[in-house]
Amino acid sequence: MTESLVSIRDLSIAYRGRGGTAQALREVNLDLYRDETLGLIGESGSGKTTLALAILRMLPPAAHVPQGQILYHQDGRAVDVLSLDAERLRRYRGEQVAMVFQSALSSLNPVLRIWDQFLDTARAHGETDQAKIRARTRDLLSHLQLEPERVLSAFPHELSGGMRQRVMLALALLLRPRVVVLDEPTTALDILTQRTIIDLLRSLRQEFGFSMMFISHDLSLAAELADRVATMYAGRIVEIGRTDELFYEPRHPYTVGLLQAVPTIHGDHRTLQSIPGSPPDLQRLPPGCPFHPRCPYARPACAEAEPDLLRISDGHRSACFFWDEVRGPDVGKIA
Amino acid sequence: MIILEHVSRLFRSHGQLIRAVDDVSLEIGEGQVMSLVGESGSGKTTTGKMIAGLVTPSSGRVLFEGRDIRMLERDTRERYRRAVQIIHQDPYACLNPVRTVGDTLAAPLRLYGGADRRSRNARIGELLERVELTPAAAFVDKFPHQLSGGQRQRVAVARALSVQPKFLVADEAVSMIDVSLRISLLNLLLKLRWETGVAFLFITHDLALARHFGWDGRIAVMYVGRIVEVGPTRAVIEDAQHPYTRALLAAVPEADPRITRTKSRLRLRSQDPPSLLHLPPGCAFHPRCPWAESGLCDVIRPELTLVRDQEVACHVAAREGALPDLTTVGSSQ
Repeated sequence: MTESLVSIRDLSIAYRGRGGTAQALREVNLDLYRDETLGLIGESGSGKTTLALAILRMLPPAAHVPQGQILYHQDGRAVDVLSLDAERLRRYRGEQVAMVFQSALSSLNPVLRIWDQFLDTARAHGETDQAKIRARTRDLLSHLQLEPERVLSAFPHELSGGMRQRVMLALALLLRPRVVVLDEPTTALDILTQRTIIDLLRSLRQEFGFSMMFISHDLSLAAELADRVATMYAGRIVEIGRTDELFYEPRHPYTVGLLQAVPTIHGDHRTLQSIPGSPPDLQRLPPGCPFHPRCPYARPACAEAEPDLLRISDGHRSACFFWDEVRGPDVGKIA
Repeated sequence: MIILEHVSRLFRSHGQLIRAVDDVSLEIGEGQVMSLVGESGSGKTTTGKMIAGLVTPSSGRVLFEGRDIRMLERDTRERYRRAVQIIHQDPYACLNPVRTVGDTLAAPLRLYGGADRRSRNARIGELLERVELTPAAAFVDKFPHQLSGGQRQRVAVARALSVQPKFLVADEAVSMIDVSLRISLLNLLLKLRWETGVAFLFITHDLALARHFGWDGRIAVMYVGRIVEVGPTRAVIEDAQHPYTRALLAAVPEADPRITRTKSRLRLRSQDPPSLLHLPPGCAFHPRCPWAESGLCDVIRPELTLVRDQEVACHVAAREGALPDLTTVGSSQ
């Protein structure tokens, strides 16, 4: 049995706002296993960012957690992340689980040279040997194909977007975390820079042996990088499975809808289809399966009850009553 | 209908001059689609703005129906202003937040149509139906903040259509929209092509999107201000002849695990794009180009030359008659 590092159990998260309460996550169950890369895909409002932030307990003040647990497994014990005290939470973040945010410019301190940011981070976590910190930092930056001396003496604004993104990765890995969570790691980067980051993530994971969870609206990043993929819709995971299963044998109509909406360069020129309607209002979710108003497979039953994740095969699950009728688009054909 | 003749545009930045667009020539006929592809800083947006008359070229000319758009007489200028419309990237920024959808659409109708209120309202209803915001009555009195990003972008499209344009500059028009809604907007633009025969400059960083939208048109690839390859979409995508185009095609991740994990890679000599402030001499791509030859590519700037079915600004491709295969490619897994 593969070892789980992070287990999310029946987790619900809601945001209180002026118009009422938005249900950002609803009874989500998910495991992140050792040595795997898990991709969370979904559109804005699907809950993927909330889920990622919850793992680091970095939710905004308006969020509350009516139920559920986030368990972090360490030395044979399960640590309840939601009940960690401030000091243990501080150590958990960075040393066990690190996060890389989408906007590298706003997550680096603009008035500190890059070296000082590495130094501060290491010191805050109890490392005092400057020579050791410097060696580790230089090693990481070289792995990320950056010139250590040039980068360390620079301010964030003096680096290109791609270089800043790589600095963020190095900073995240500084304390040797076992889990790295990445928020849209390639969005807003140029294509050639995206390729550099993707190839680096792959080689870093082999070199340093961490587990990775990334969130993206970009299916191609999941196709490229993930071992397993989870599709999210309206605050729930609606399908999860191995990457090949999700792309070639999708069993949830929403996953199929996403696949049908993405053009490829290689492969046949096929007709693209959009998903009719728009994403649901999280304050007023439709009854039953929240996807049913947009779903081509919907039947009366779908408006009455919301399906749980149903087992299709080992590890492949879909929250659709009629998953055995769902068929994916023709992908994988090379013209 | 639109011709760019050796158009350049300079900007000042930190006391230095930047050549955002450098000697670009393009021709787009009635009803045709030209996709303009490139990364950030390639000059594609500035090129689009010069066509729409929002930015003036520093040198060179933009021609509308054969005449320089800066020298048009009054009636031709009016025709040009109606004929060429632009749809911007950001549907949040391009609509006036205190105007309702109806007001936004009425303004150009009043300016160019001068028709009475009743026929204007009928026309607004028609426009909203055309961009599939139905029932129209449900949208007329809405403010931009009451609409989703996709709906706002449809309003922007409807506004562009209100003056019956012949040429649309779509600048990353679908990039900021969520995946499931992006294609319906793209399909809407495709439908407008069939129905109205409007021509497009389709600006995007996404090659797959350019292929999908402009499969029967042409693609121009820009790199730091210059066009490095231009030709029929099929030729450029399936048989790219410029090293930069090849690099883009090899690099772009695709939503198909088998394809994306096995396609051949191109190892560039440098990961970092050049700064517009310090462009390399000769071919601007040479410091990153695996095909670059010293004494040639770092000295002489290549001009666009016909190679196979497209024009390519590459010394090696031009000399060999096609870009030769590299032996240093390998797949990632």
